[in-house]
Amino acid sequence: MGALDIQRQAPNVARMKMLGAEVRAAQSGSKTLKDATNEAIRDWINNPVDTHYIIGSVVGPHPYPDMVARFQAVISEETKAQLLEVEGRDYPDHLIACVGGGSNAAGLYYHYLNDERVNIIAVEAAGKGIDSGESAATSALGKEGVIHGSKTLLMQTPDGQITEPYSISAGLDYPGVGPMHAHLYRTKRAEFLSIPDQEAMDWGLTLSQMEGIIPAIETAHAFAALDVRKFGPQEVLVFNCSGRGDKDLDTYIEYFKL
Amino acid sequence: MNRIDQKFQEDKKLLSIYFSAGHPKLEDTVPIIQKLQAAGVDMVEIGLPFSDPLADGPTIQESSTKALQNGMTTDKLFAQLKNIRQEINIPLVLMGYFNPMMQYGIERFCQRCGAIGIDGLIVPDLPVEVYHEQYKNLMDQHGLYNMFLITPQTPEKRIRYIDKVSSGFIYMVSSASVTGAKSSFGTTQTDYFQRIAGMHLHTPTVVGFGISNAETFTAATTHAKGAIIGSAFIKFLEEKGVDQIEKFIRSIRD
Repeated sequence: MGALDIQRQAPNVARMKMLGAEVRAAQSGSKTLKDATNEAIRDWINNPVDTHYIIGSVVGPHPYPDMVARFQAVISEETKAQLLEVEGRDYPDHLIACVGGGSNAAGLYYHYLNDERVNIIAVEAAGKGIDSGESAATSALGKEGVIHGSKTLLMQTPDGQITEPYSISAGLDYPGVGPMHAHLYRTKRAEFLSIPDQEAMDWGLTLSQMEGIIPAIETAHAFAALDVRKFGPQEVLVFNCSGRGDKDLDTYIEYFKL
Repeated sequence: MNRIDQKFQEDKKLLSIYFSAGHPKLEDTVPIIQKLQAAGVDMVEIGLPFSDPLADGPTIQESSTKALQNGMTTDKLFAQLKNIRQEINIPLVLMGYFNPMMQYGIERFCQRCGAIGIDGLIVPDLPVEVYHEQYKNLMDQHGLYNMFLITPQTPEKRIRYIDKVSSGFIYMVSSASVTGAKSSFGTTQTDYFQRIAGMHLHTPTVVGFGISNAETFTAATTHAKGAIIGSAFIKFLEEKGVDQIEKFIRSIRD
């Protein structure tokens, strides 16, 4: 885990430790998700015989993005079942999920990818603003490139050096998106939005007060789609509430001076 | 004939040196190559720095980061190497990751390499199948060989495939690891070197990763045509400087 993310996500680190994991800090580069991915792959290169590499996001070399998307696909499987119960039809008008690497989004979209009745919305982190130099909005800022063994949209310099992404949310500051999402963007199958830190944080509070759900800051980005895009009153929207906000309480406390 | 093939016909064990272009100082690239040739090195691998060098250990990662901080870019490197063939006749290989090459434009990149007189490329994150299907023809047009890495875990079928489609040499990674200097090899490595030698590949093999001194050089070249030193040379450059290069080379092979 990136050393910076270890600080930002202390409760998650504690949980992993309680469950018996050893958590090693990645100290290279921006000390976030990209660098943790680099270090995990390096460790795998060093220990190929007795180590099985796994990854939580839909990034990295084939077949990992495909494997992770299939595992996460349980989300859209459950969505179908629950919608049928609640709405009497098993598909929504819109699916909305946040995208860093894009694992929760891949899971939410998976069983609807070929269902053209369903509009797919991907919400990226604009950080301090798309043009601020501190952003993680890959679809707006990225270009086709190769990172971690896959070809995808990638934030980089004209010379092909990967640039450091930024978002207040630890789950969204990856300089690329999974190759599946790059494809959804390129083919216009998905609509991409980007939400700055402030709007996402405000939605974290709003959702807490309206629904009693304290969302992860990643997740709060998805809800902010309601600010930037119009939806019809009869339309059925499914948001992926991808994470709980208790891991982010320190950031919420500091941000809102709670 | 490609300079790599010519060199590999010589009846000797070959010493190849890797360094990161633009490190320790931005303008060190050409002086380093000159000094390496003067010291009798057989081949030079010029590292094109990358922000996220996945296959490299801490020494090369740091040299790559410093080179980028010094202002090294693909264009800058090509400009430095423009007239290199006026004085350098040993094989020169560019080693780098795929993304900077892709952003430069693969075709334009290969053209520049060909025009300068680069003999081949080593791209650790370009899978051999992708090379074979998409880039081999283009690289052949510009006289560029592509060398691929194998490790103790590479299955025989894949080694045979690499042997079939690549040219120059096969880069035999000494042990399953990222780059970095080691002081000696164990029996696992020796067994692996022997196993590969026993496959009677038509492409010669060169051992890299973990070679740092005369002992590891000799052990590596007992069963292979040559060996590559990277991290140990970079550490030496940082500590002793470009002027002392000959001393380093003499400590490996007198």
